[in-house]
Amino acid sequence: MGSVGAKEVPVLLDEHGKRIDGRGLHDLRPLKIEAGVLQRATGSAFVEWGENKVMAAVYGPREVHPRHMQQNTKAVVQCRYNMASFSVDERKRPGLDRRSQEISKVIGEALESVLFVEEYPKTSIGIYIEVLQANAGTRCAGLVAASVALADAGIPMSDLVPAVAVGKIDGKLALDLRKEEDNYGEADVPMALVPRSGRLILLQMEGHMTRDELKTSLDMGVKGCEKIYEIQKAALRNRYSLGNNGEGGAQ
Amino acid sequence: MVLPGQELEAGDYRPGPGTYRADGKIYASVAGILSIRPPVVRVIPFSGPYIPQDGDVVIAIVKIIGPTYWLVDVGAPHYAPLHYSGTPWKIEYGECGEYLRPGDAVVVRIEAVDQNQRIGVTMNGDGLGRISGGIIEQISPTKVPRVIGKSGSMIRLLETSTGARMTVGQNGRVWIDGSQGSIRTVREALQIIDREGQKSGLTDRIKLFLEQSQSS
Repeated sequence: MGSVGAKEVPVLLDEHGKRIDGRGLHDLRPLKIEAGVLQRATGSAFVEWGENKVMAAVYGPREVHPRHMQQNTKAVVQCRYNMASFSVDERKRPGLDRRSQEISKVIGEALESVLFVEEYPKTSIGIYIEVLQANAGTRCAGLVAASVALADAGIPMSDLVPAVAVGKIDGKLALDLRKEEDNYGEADVPMALVPRSGRLILLQMEGHMTRDELKTSLDMGVKGCEKIYEIQKAALRNRYSLGNNGEGGAQ
Repeated sequence: MVLPGQELEAGDYRPGPGTYRADGKIYASVAGILSIRPPVVRVIPFSGPYIPQDGDVVIAIVKIIGPTYWLVDVGAPHYAPLHYSGTPWKIEYGECGEYLRPGDAVVVRIEAVDQNQRIGVTMNGDGLGRISGGIIEQISPTKVPRVIGKSGSMIRLLETSTGARMTVGQNGRVWIDGSQGSIRTVREALQIIDREGQKSGLTDRIKLFLEQSQSS
């Protein structure tokens, strides 16, 4: 993030319709997912998405702490999204803040809706998402990582969850914004969906869009998610066909 | 091999463990190997938590001492009570701590799992009791059938070629006792099984490993 009153607004779209990093409007940043990267977690995944680096770990089902949150008919999903202090340009004050609380909540609720939580009553499933390097779209990257980590942990779920953001830069809709586009663009719409049923389980919007633009961006997002879904599946296949010592990672 | 959300070609079969039914179709809910045994389709998972079942023999760790029971960790989300009537000893009220201390390992059998995930365990039975000596190695509970092998073939292979003694708990804990060298060899073999258990040719792989470790 630049200093207050940064004067220079970068050119987000050049005359050929190319973006800062040379992508077209419908292109994703390069995405690489590796499952099973942590020894001590029940399940884990590492995601490199453009310049984002996100690690997700899943623990459980285990006893619920604090006890009063325990539910007699289902598991509670406890999700924590955290940004490392060194993940952004200017050192972030470590720990919980409003933003990370909100993201923890929306990611946790999105994932709870695909997990078969009724199979593990009186337990908790802990999901920990650590953003090591941030470049816009970390909540989507976190969700993508967490869903692979859950599958790696062997916790029953109805589907993997791909997620992506669609934004508006220079008046045009663009898939998967990077930092400059997020900072200087007009809108940002992160979304996550269940590919099998097409159900949206996360949809947020920052900035302004017309109704039609929102519709179009949903379509773009769905297409992006399909690609991400394939990479997620490849990451899991990789994990189990190579064992732990393969030079894993799916691109 | 199937992944969560994948549709299974399973016409009129019933969805078993690792699967679910939606919109009249059957999908996988975990990553694993598809197994169709009419009339049930199931997915044998690559990984997953230990779910206690009646009759399982497991290795448990004593955690808490009560007046008439111990709470033991069987690897499930909750501790299981081991009542003193379930032990071969005659114990007076309040004297449980003189027989088993926190940290002790015991081989127990799961007797009853109810709807509330309460687990009853007993220490009365063949091969059950307290463990002393040796080490306990934790592997994924889903790999336990591979460690045992067809009617115990893998255990026999490991025991005869190293001279170690093993007890495999359904919860993925394996007790190994023997000489230091044999314990180390078995332990490494278990790690191979844990890592590569889903691949074919596992027995050959282990045989090769055992030969190599013997010659070195």
